[in-house]
Amino acid sequence: MYILECNHVKKSFGGVEVLKDISLSVREGEVVSIIGPSGSGKSTLLRCATLLETMDDGTLSYQGEPVVKSVNGKAVYGTKAQQKKARESFGLVFQNFNLFPHYSVMKNITDAPISVQKRDKDEVMAEAKELLNKMGLADRGDAYPCQLSGGQQQRVSIARALAMNPKILFFDEPTSALDPELTLEILKVIKDLAKEHMTMVIVTHEMNFARDVSDRMIFMDKGVIVEETTPDEMFRSQNERTREFLGKYHDVMS
Amino acid sequence: MSMQVIIAQLAGAMVTTCQIFFLTLLFSLPLGLIVCFGRMSKNVILRNIVKFYISVMRGTPLMLQILVVYFGPFYLFGVSITSAYRAYAVIIAFSLNYAAYFAEIYRSGMESMPVGQYEAASVLGYSKTQTFGKIIFPQVVKRILPAATNEIITLVKDTSLAFAIGYVEMFTQAKALAAGQKSMIPFVVAGVFYYVFNLVVAFVMEHVEKRLSYYH
Repeated sequence: MYILECNHVKKSFGGVEVLKDISLSVREGEVVSIIGPSGSGKSTLLRCATLLETMDDGTLSYQGEPVVKSVNGKAVYGTKAQQKKARESFGLVFQNFNLFPHYSVMKNITDAPISVQKRDKDEVMAEAKELLNKMGLADRGDAYPCQLSGGQQQRVSIARALAMNPKILFFDEPTSALDPELTLEILKVIKDLAKEHMTMVIVTHEMNFARDVSDRMIFMDKGVIVEETTPDEMFRSQNERTREFLGKYHDVMS
Repeated sequence: MSMQVIIAQLAGAMVTTCQIFFLTLLFSLPLGLIVCFGRMSKNVILRNIVKFYISVMRGTPLMLQILVVYFGPFYLFGVSITSAYRAYAVIIAFSLNYAAYFAEIYRSGMESMPVGQYEAASVLGYSKTQTFGKIIFPQVVKRILPAATNEIITLVKDTSLAFAIGYVEMFTQAKALAAGQKSMIPFVVAGVFYYVFNLVVAFVMEHVEKRLSYYH
């Protein structure tokens, strides 16, 4: 079953086409990573899929339930209730964490499940403790985000997203604000999630990691999907643009 | 007239000064938030009306506004003014004026909020009201405290403008005493009263700021 299906997504900013007819579908348990140069539209695609940006045209559905339909070449958004339902299907981990600074770590994780999903407080608290444990932050529940390192903050934000029990988790360059050591910390967490068959879409510049963790890789450039294939195929690609992009990467690495 | 009598009389009138101060805050702080919403509204007409309101409130003297609110009903509608209306006029004029200033202070705080906070709230499914009440507003309060303290301290001193319509608060009382006694002492005492009042205000606000300094 497809958790996420989006088709023919188009998006322009002030006359500049950022997404030109992009389609992306993700099956349950699949890990898809999206790579590509800055400005290729990777983040915009993620922001359209998470309803942070409104697409100009295209369709979007979660678990078979449509949220955005295309009518006469224009995107038509579903009702508030439909959007709310879709939001329950996904979680998003931001590049710069976006934790709530006035809430403790524990409250950051538990507030939305309690006050948005109206779940039982004790149950949510127990689950949050487990999540913190898993993130190696068992003793930091009472800390405030400003007291944590970047890597710890990002782990809290992953825990916050997981606490909502999403069907699919999006990562928007989750390690771009972190130094190499902290980056490894986060990549390990994501790998662990992959082992548990969490459905994930990861926008990243960490090529080795993407190669390692993904079932499928997508290379985007100038608003189109240039290539979409397995990691091994991607790194052996004959496509000129792909080779150019990954080649630069190989040059530096060798 | 002895010093004690002067102090006692001014202290008595200080109660009225405190009334103006607290009632103005009570009304203008929430009203300011409503004005701020209007100022930031997507509706062009509403936004411009509120902009005009703020510009008039900031662009004309508070003393003049007090006079307009007090005498307006008579000159505009021929309603006779009772002396009881004096107190109302003062509070109405002060609240309308300070709401405009507070609105701009709220706006400065809201516009300084990183967009990521709204986005995180949206992805987590918070409603608009929840996002504002739980995520945005508490952080805005912390951001605007220094500016609000400034405004509140100005309010303490501005209460003296109520003398314009002969409303007997501490400053009106001091003027009357000074004129009667042909002495400067009442003014000096009044100055000390205002100063101490503001010391207390500054102390309280500093305390609040400290309470909120557990995060940044």
